[in-house]
Amino acid sequence: MRVEARRGTPAETRAALFFLAPGLFVIVVFFLLPIAASFFLSVTDFDLYALADPSNARVTGLANYRALLSDPVFLTALKNTLVFVLLGSPLTVGVALSAALLVNARLARAKGFFRTTFFAPVVTTLVAVAVVFRYVYHPRFGLLNRGLTLIGLPAVDWLGDPRFALLAIVLLAIWKNFGFSTILFVAGLQGIPESFYEAARLDGAGWWQQFRRITLPLLAPTMLLVGLTRTIDYFQLFAEPYVMTGGGPLNATLTMALLMYKEGFRFWNMGRGAAIAFVLFGVILVATLIQFRLQKGGEA
Amino acid sequence: MARWRGTLRRAVSPGVLAVLLAAAACGRGGSAREVVRFWGLGREGEVVKELLPAFRERYPGIHVEVQQIPWTAAHEKLLTAFVGGSLPDVAQIGNTWLPEFHTLGALEDLGPRVAQSSVIAAGRYFPGIWDTNLVDGVLCGVPWYVDTRVLFYRTDLLAAAGVAAPPRTWAEWHDDLRRLKARAGPGRWAILLPTDEWAQPVILGLQKRATLLTADGGDAAFRSTAFREAATFYVDLFREGLAPAVANTQIANLYQQFAAGDFAMYITGPWNLGEFRRRLPASLQGAWATAPLPAAEDDGNGVPGVSLAGGSSLALFRASKRGDAAWKLIEFLSEPAQQVRFYALAGDLPARRDAWNDPLLSGDPAARAFEEQLGHLAATPRIPEWEQIAQKIAEHLEPAIRGVVTVDAALGTLDKDVSLLLTKRRWVLAREAAHAR
Repeated sequence: MRVEARRGTPAETRAALFFLAPGLFVIVVFFLLPIAASFFLSVTDFDLYALADPSNARVTGLANYRALLSDPVFLTALKNTLVFVLLGSPLTVGVALSAALLVNARLARAKGFFRTTFFAPVVTTLVAVAVVFRYVYHPRFGLLNRGLTLIGLPAVDWLGDPRFALLAIVLLAIWKNFGFSTILFVAGLQGIPESFYEAARLDGAGWWQQFRRITLPLLAPTMLLVGLTRTIDYFQLFAEPYVMTGGGPLNATLTMALLMYKEGFRFWNMGRGAAIAFVLFGVILVATLIQFRLQKGGEA
Repeated sequence: MARWRGTLRRAVSPGVLAVLLAAAACGRGGSAREVVRFWGLGREGEVVKELLPAFRERYPGIHVEVQQIPWTAAHEKLLTAFVGGSLPDVAQIGNTWLPEFHTLGALEDLGPRVAQSSVIAAGRYFPGIWDTNLVDGVLCGVPWYVDTRVLFYRTDLLAAAGVAAPPRTWAEWHDDLRRLKARAGPGRWAILLPTDEWAQPVILGLQKRATLLTADGGDAAFRSTAFREAATFYVDLFREGLAPAVANTQIANLYQQFAAGDFAMYITGPWNLGEFRRRLPASLQGAWATAPLPAAEDDGNGVPGVSLAGGSSLALFRASKRGDAAWKLIEFLSEPAQQVRFYALAGDLPARRDAWNDPLLSGDPAARAFEEQLGHLAATPRIPEWEQIAQKIAEHLEPAIRGVVTVDAALGTLDKDVSLLLTKRRWVLAREAAHAR
């Protein structure tokens, strides 16, 4: 059946506009305008001097973007962000999928209890979590180092050593966020009819074959959703390094979002901060498109 | 849109809120109480509350509302509050931030108030610290406490190395450090200078009378002879193995290492007076002392050498409508008795010279070195970009310390980087000059 496009009567058009107006208004005022304003900011050198006297702001074209590309601190932040994404995103998906399989297993007991436990970190305030994790990571009294020394490994200054700080933040972020993905995976798993597995078992398929031939393919849409949202989340990682390390030591945990905040609100280089925001947007867009392609390719 | 926002902001502006609150208070209490909002930073913001009961007794009509803000968030918070029109009436501000808020036009010129004050006068303060509050000739704040650095050292290790007294000049210092290192042997050092701190190289530069920037603060001047000599002296301490090339993040426990004799000297500030007393073992309490910093050379009046004029000031915001009441609070906190109490509670060094006559300070030998040092302070450049520049100094000198680049090369890149950072400032200065003509 085809719906013919037809011009509405003037009265219908007015009514449509009337009903759409509130939604459009919200989108324009709270979404499009700020984006346009930030983009305009990013091509100016709006800073502290402009704050004192607006006539001190100049339109500088792409100067902010060019300066970013030659700024070692920005490149460090870009590299750190990519490491966060490449490390955090697959690990979160892996941990979440494993947890979902466990919760969903036929033999598992107290499923509700485990579902809640896995989800608890997601709803816990990050600042409270940060305080606890600072104890866990403490170089002398921390739980983690106690475990390491028990098995004969040297203690590590998790948050103070530039080589380990990023890993420590990744672990915290995974722990904090995997529960949400777990819930999505559980929902996905429950959508797979049990009869498929019964049929496979009758044909003699083992656990691994069932997982590879039935679970994974039927879970693909969920996988894409979780993968994409996690990737975007890790690209925008801000709160974890902000409360745990402030981007240190030696910028080892500085992410693009954190740098954007520092440039924008600590030093009030608004133009530069806005430019970072748009670079981050571009990077996320490209990464998302690549992920779409890869997963589509995998399905075919 | 902009107009709505403006109206909205006016409608909920803190001024209006305060008036409403005051009105509510009147309704309840029957007496007219003026509310002064004060932002204190970190530990000071906490301790200042203990000083306020005495203020309340003297001025029952003024209610001080203290908001404590952590140091790590203070700068952003003050800036965003300025933009959002929600600054308090009076605040503690790090004195290196004053130029920034002066540029914004956020601060009241305190000159006229000081001229009429019976409590606050320039002559009663250490000149070096008073000076940091003058930006372009305008008094932007009143010094509250001083934060400078002196030499902390192990008396027993110096004696064992045959050093009778703390060094007075760089030459003596260098000689002492070599002796200390010779006695300490491998794995131990003469002095600790964390490579991520900008304070030490900047102090050495100031001792050589390096200006760091050009006269108008429009460009970098790190390749000047004075700063190059200072940077070379600093870098050589590491290259000779007198100081370990470690950053603060690599030092697990400073106090344990100082107690173990891993280093015999350390340049640090007043906050460590209390820490050293608390954290060093009892057996070592008689074995450490403080001394003013050595001077670059003994030219008759240069001993001791200068140190940083850091610290916090109390400033009034121009937007405040309760300036008179807030000024009373500043005067109260500036009284010698309150300054001494503040030192007792927080360990912050009084910025007023007369407060140092109190036995609590004059009777403490470790604090005396600070008193002597406070007479020899030098200000860092008073421009809004200073904090960012300071970070760059440490960043660029580190490769030189590690021997990856020469001192000259490091200063070259530092100069270039800082010059880039000051591009906008140069443009603004040129523009102002053009307008003035």
